[in-house]
Amino acid sequence: MQYRIVHYINQFYAGKGGEDKADHKPESVPSPVGPGSEITRLLKEAGGEGEIVGTVICGDSYYGENIEEARATCLALIEAFKPDLLIAGPAFNAGRYGVACGDIASAAGEKLGIPTVTSMFKENPGLELYGKGCYVVPSSESARSMRKDLAAMTELGLKLVKKIPMGPAREEGYFSRGIRKCFFKEKTGAARAVDMMLARLRGEEFHTEYEMPVFKKIPPALPVRDIKNATIAIISSGGVVPVGNPDHIRVSSADSFGSYSIAGINDLTPENYESIHGGYDRAMAAIDPDCIVPVDELRKLEKEGAFKKLHDFFYTTTGTGTSVNNAEKFGQEIGEILRNAEVDAAILTST
Amino acid sequence: MTREIERVANIPVVQIATIVPIMLTVGTNRVVPGVAIPHPVGDPRKGPEIDHTLRRNLLLKALDAMQTEIQEQTIFE
Repeated sequence: MQYRIVHYINQFYAGKGGEDKADHKPESVPSPVGPGSEITRLLKEAGGEGEIVGTVICGDSYYGENIEEARATCLALIEAFKPDLLIAGPAFNAGRYGVACGDIASAAGEKLGIPTVTSMFKENPGLELYGKGCYVVPSSESARSMRKDLAAMTELGLKLVKKIPMGPAREEGYFSRGIRKCFFKEKTGAARAVDMMLARLRGEEFHTEYEMPVFKKIPPALPVRDIKNATIAIISSGGVVPVGNPDHIRVSSADSFGSYSIAGINDLTPENYESIHGGYDRAMAAIDPDCIVPVDELRKLEKEGAFKKLHDFFYTTTGTGTSVNNAEKFGQEIGEILRNAEVDAAILTST
Repeated sequence: MTREIERVANIPVVQIATIVPIMLTVGTNRVVPGVAIPHPVGDPRKGPEIDHTLRRNLLLKALDAMQTEIQEQTIFE
């Protein structure tokens, strides 16, 4: 079967012009244009299973400045060719072009239900924005890697369109889309970890099976100016909840947090509160939950006037095995609540 | 969680926990090192008096941290 392939390129690679033509409106041509001719050659070389049936061209500035409209117009132009696959770019390190390629590739995948592949340099902002919505093959910063990138896109594209199972990013040569698949390996995790450590000690190449997340940093918030009039909230990832865990917060890998009133409560006692955290020895929590959520001493400091008021609720979850995504989501939701309640500062305890 | 609360509510959030490098890694700006992993703010084994004093001192340190202007991640020992 001949797979129908549409190629998306910008005004420059279509030979329309440079910056002076960057406002070029979307158009389509029923044949390969510019780098498309190399893709055609590669397809023939690969056995003639596919052909470029059309090229969609749009100016980089036009796409960037009219993103909704440009996307809709380009999608219609692409759809008219009834394609089985979309190839976009390569965009190298051109920011606007990368955004356009990523946007149209993600949109075509989602709306037309076809596989899509593009290519860009690792620092192209299009990768950060759209790298999870489409396959992106790494390119160099400039067009010097054009032939190699076109070959990589064509190969990956054919694999996608033929529905050949896709392996991991590192082996197949695309940027990780942050997807983890479960499968069985012959060796146990312990044996693989030892292999990895030995490779490391020998100075050989090794790859982690679980990439560490990249954490963000933020500028520190301004300090509390008037502590005597401040409302303070207490939050914890130490797993302290009312006895019986009424909201069924998970003992590990939490997917929710609880908020419980502490209005009028001067002390957390083991009769009323317990830790359900699955990641530490809860013997001390069983003696006095205040050693994790220090309501008793906060109440005393409040009465002494060290600050004005202890916020009426405490927020709690278990921070063990909890995904960074979930922890960030809890933080955002709690942050929203505290902002609306005009809380001035918070103390968060973690085990 | 600490970082996102601070960002969204735009208020200082002081984290009390024991493994300081983790707090720094996840982006906590105001760090007060705690007593121990299973009991960050107190030590009930040592009896109520010591337990309460430990807790009170850590909270005073946290109150101090939230009133301190900082430019970067800071550990309040």
